[in-house]
Amino acid sequence: MSSDVRFTDFKSDKQPTWCPGCGDFGTMNGMMKALANTGNDPDNTFVVAGIGCSGKIGTYMHSYAMHGVHGRALPVGAGVKMANPDLEVMVAGGDGDGYSIGAGHFVHAVRRNVDMTYVVMDNRIYGLTKGQASPTSREDFETSTTPEGPKQPPVNPMALALAAGATFIAQSFSSDAMRHAEIVQEAIEHDGFGFVNVFSPCVTFNDVDTYDYFRDNLVDLAEDDDYDRHDYNAAKDRILDASKEYQGVIYQNENSVPYEKQHGLTENMAEIPDGAPDDAMDLVREFY
Amino acid sequence: MPADFNWAIGGEAGDGIDSTGKIFAQALSRAGRHVFTSKDFASRIRGGYTAYKVRTSVDQVQSVVDRLDVLIALTPRTIEENLDELQEGSVIVYDGERTTMQGVEIPEGMIGLDVPLQSIAEEKGGAIMRNVVALGAACAVANFPIEHLDSSLEKRFGGKGQAIVDNNRKAARAGRDYVDENFDHEFDYDLETTDNDYVLLNGDEAIGMGAIAAGCRFYAGYPITPATDVMEYLTGRIEQYGGHVVQAEDELAAINLALGGARAGARAMTATSGPGIDLMTETFGLIATSETPLVIVDVMRSGPSTGMPTKQEQGDLNQMVYGGHGEIPRFTLAPTTVAECFHKTVEAFNLAEKYQTPVYLAADLAMAVTEQTFAPEEFDMDAVEIDRGKVVDDDTIGEWTNEKGQFKAHALTDDGVSPRSFPGTAGGAHMSTGLEHDELGRRTEDTDMRVEQVDKRNRKVETAQEREPWEYREFGDADSGNLVISWGSNEGAMVEAIEFLEEEGIDVRFISMPYIFPRPDLTETINDADDVIVVECNNTGQFADILEHDALTRVKRVNKYNGVRFKADELAEEIKETLSQEITA
Repeated sequence: MSSDVRFTDFKSDKQPTWCPGCGDFGTMNGMMKALANTGNDPDNTFVVAGIGCSGKIGTYMHSYAMHGVHGRALPVGAGVKMANPDLEVMVAGGDGDGYSIGAGHFVHAVRRNVDMTYVVMDNRIYGLTKGQASPTSREDFETSTTPEGPKQPPVNPMALALAAGATFIAQSFSSDAMRHAEIVQEAIEHDGFGFVNVFSPCVTFNDVDTYDYFRDNLVDLAEDDDYDRHDYNAAKDRILDASKEYQGVIYQNENSVPYEKQHGLTENMAEIPDGAPDDAMDLVREFY
Repeated sequence: MPADFNWAIGGEAGDGIDSTGKIFAQALSRAGRHVFTSKDFASRIRGGYTAYKVRTSVDQVQSVVDRLDVLIALTPRTIEENLDELQEGSVIVYDGERTTMQGVEIPEGMIGLDVPLQSIAEEKGGAIMRNVVALGAACAVANFPIEHLDSSLEKRFGGKGQAIVDNNRKAARAGRDYVDENFDHEFDYDLETTDNDYVLLNGDEAIGMGAIAAGCRFYAGYPITPATDVMEYLTGRIEQYGGHVVQAEDELAAINLALGGARAGARAMTATSGPGIDLMTETFGLIATSETPLVIVDVMRSGPSTGMPTKQEQGDLNQMVYGGHGEIPRFTLAPTTVAECFHKTVEAFNLAEKYQTPVYLAADLAMAVTEQTFAPEEFDMDAVEIDRGKVVDDDTIGEWTNEKGQFKAHALTDDGVSPRSFPGTAGGAHMSTGLEHDELGRRTEDTDMRVEQVDKRNRKVETAQEREPWEYREFGDADSGNLVISWGSNEGAMVEAIEFLEEEGIDVRFISMPYIFPRPDLTETINDADDVIVVECNNTGQFADILEHDALTRVKRVNKYNGVRFKADELAEEIKETLSQEITA
C-alpha cells in the first residue's frame, strides 16, 4: 500500500465500450476513488467481475482482476480473500448477475461475511442482451421478453441482505459522484462484507429508472440527523419502504467479525514449502 | 486352508457396522497383516442393509473375492445378501436372543455360532458393545490373538475415557471366551501375525494426504457421496499447515471459491462426484481459458443423474476428457491404487501449476471407500517435490512486461506456458478472463490472436507430452499376445486375476493406465497384440473407445477456429495443401 496512489492509477488504458451516458462510468470512477482514498494500490487490489455490462469493469480498471462466469463472481472474490487476506477484494456485478443467476451466492456471501466489498450496478434491466427484464425491473415494466411487464414483484436486494444477516448495507447513485465514492469507501472500510447497491441507469433500454427519476426520488439518509444506521428496525423500515429510493449507509453492524478473523485466516497461502511439510510423516502415522 | 481370510459384519445402517469393521481391519493391520476392505452400503442414514468386509492375508491383497469365511450377521438379511459368498464350512456369528434373529436358519453345511452378544455386552457394561463382543467371537474362530484388538479399541474409544476402553476390552474377551467354552468345533484358521508395520487408509484419505503434502492450502467443496471423505479428511488437518476448508453453498460456489484461491496463488482443490462435475463444468472452461492451475477430483459413482450414489462406476471419463463447451486443454489422471491416489494427487498439483491448467483426478467409489494396507514408505514425504512452474517475482517480472510496463500474463511462448504473477507482485496486475484475450489478458476478437492463443494453450499439452514421464504400470507376461488394459481401481482385481488365469494356463500382458489425457501412445502395443481387452466399470467402454480411436487409421485434418466460418475458396486451397502432406499423429 502506498499513500501517493491516485485514483487514475486504477484506470486501464482500455477505452470503455459502455454506451455514452451509461451509469457504469460513474460507478467505476467512484470505486477507483474509494480504493485510492483507502490507501490501496493496484498491486494489492483484486477486482472480480461477473458477466454483462457490469462485468466489463475489470477490463477498464487496472488491478489484479478476474472476469468470472455469470453469477459466480462472489465465490471467486471470497476465495481470493481467504487465500490471501492481505489483498483488498472488490466484487462488481449487475442486478441480473447478483440477484438472478447469482442470488444464491449473494445470500451466502452475505452470511459468510468475508471482508470484501460488493458493488452491484443496478440498472433494473438486462443491457448487454439488449433490453430484457431483470430481477429488479418493475412489475409493469414492458420489455422484449415481458411485453406486459414481468408481472412479478421485483427482488428487494437490501431485504435479502438484511434477512441473511448482512453487516453493511448501502445504496448509492452513480451520478451523485461524491456521495457514491464516499459510500463505497465506507463499505471498504467496514470490517466484513460491504454491500452497495448502486443505481446505475441504462440510458439505452430503461426509460423509467432514469437519471431524472433518481434525482427526483432519492432521499439521502445522511441528511436525516435522526437516522441511526446501527438501528436494525429503522433499517428494516427504510428497506421495506417501497415509496422511496434511499441513498446512504442503511445498516451497519459495528460488531461484525469478518470470516477470516473468525477462522484465523491471516497467512498468504501462496507461500508454501518446496516439498512436503517437515512433519508430514505424522499424516501417514495417523493411519497405523 | 486358503492363504487369505475373509470376514464381514452386516446389519442395518446405524448398527455401528462401519466402526466395528474398521476396528477389526485396524487390528489386523497392526498385527502386521495386509488388509483390503470393502463396503456394501445404501443411500440412507438408518435401516437398510449395510456391510463392511475385510479380506486379510500375510501377502498383499488388492481386491475382494467371492468368499466369506466368517460373517457376523446382525440381521437375517445379512445372511441372504451374502449367500453367494458363504460356502460349506463358513461360520456365521449371530445373536439368537435378538428378536429379529430368533429362529434364523443357518444354511446347510455352514456353522452357526449363536452367541448372546447383547446379554454379554450388558454384563460387561452396556448393550452398545455387542458388536465388540462379536469381534471377540470372531477372534476365537480365526485364532487371532485378542490382544491385537486392544490398540484399535484404544484408538476408537480412547477419547471417551479409559473406563470405556477397558469395558470394550473385557467385552471382546467375553465374546472370545463364550465361543471357546460353548463350541467344540475345530476352526481351521490361523491368522498369523508379523512384525511388519502397515498403515491402513482409503483412497479419499490418500488424496487428502497427498494434497497437504503437495502444498494444497485451500479446499472448497460441497458434500457428495463418495467424495465427502476428502473434505472430512482435510477439515481439522489442513489448518495445521496454514490452510483452510470451506463448505460452499453448492458445487458452483465450490469450484469458484477454489478458482479464487488459485488466482490468489494458493494451491487449491475441489472434490466432487459426477453430478457435481456437471455443475462445475462451466467454470472448468473459465479455469482453462484463464490458465488457472486447479485440481478437480471426481470420485466417480454410478450415473447418470443421481444414478446409484453408493455404487461403483467409471462412467464419467468422457465428461472429464471431453466435457465443456468449446475445446479445452486439460489433464486427466486416474490413480490405480489407494497409494497411487496419494502420488497422483501430488503429481496433479505439479502438472496444474507447471502448465497452468485444470487437472482432473479421476478416482472412483471402489477405491475411495476401500481401505488398504501399505508400508508407510509408500507415502515417502521426502520424495515429494513441489514445482510451481513459471512464477515471476518483483525482480523477474521485468522480463515479461511490454513497452508500457504491462504484464503479459498470457505471453505467447514456445512451450505454451506463460509467466504467472501472484497478486501482490509489483507490476504484475492483470486481468484474467474466460473471454478470448491477448497477451495482457484483455478481451480480443482479433482472429489472428484468437488462433495464437488457442495454439498456445494447446502447446502446453504437447510440451507436457514431451517433458513428463507418461508411464504405465505393467503386469503379467510381457511377451503374451493377450493384452489387457484397464484404468483406475481395476488394477488390483486384475493383478490377482492374472494368477487365476495362470492356473488355467492362460498368459496375459496387463497394462494399468494411470493417465487418461495425455496418455502414453499404446497404438503399436495394441497393433502388435493378438487380442486386446479393455476392462472398465461402465457400459459403453469409454476408455476402449479412446484407445480404438488412437489406433484407427490416421486421417488428415483441416481445422479452423479463428471465429469465422469456412469459405469455399479458402477451403479448396487448404484441401489442396493438405493432400500433399504426410499424416502426423
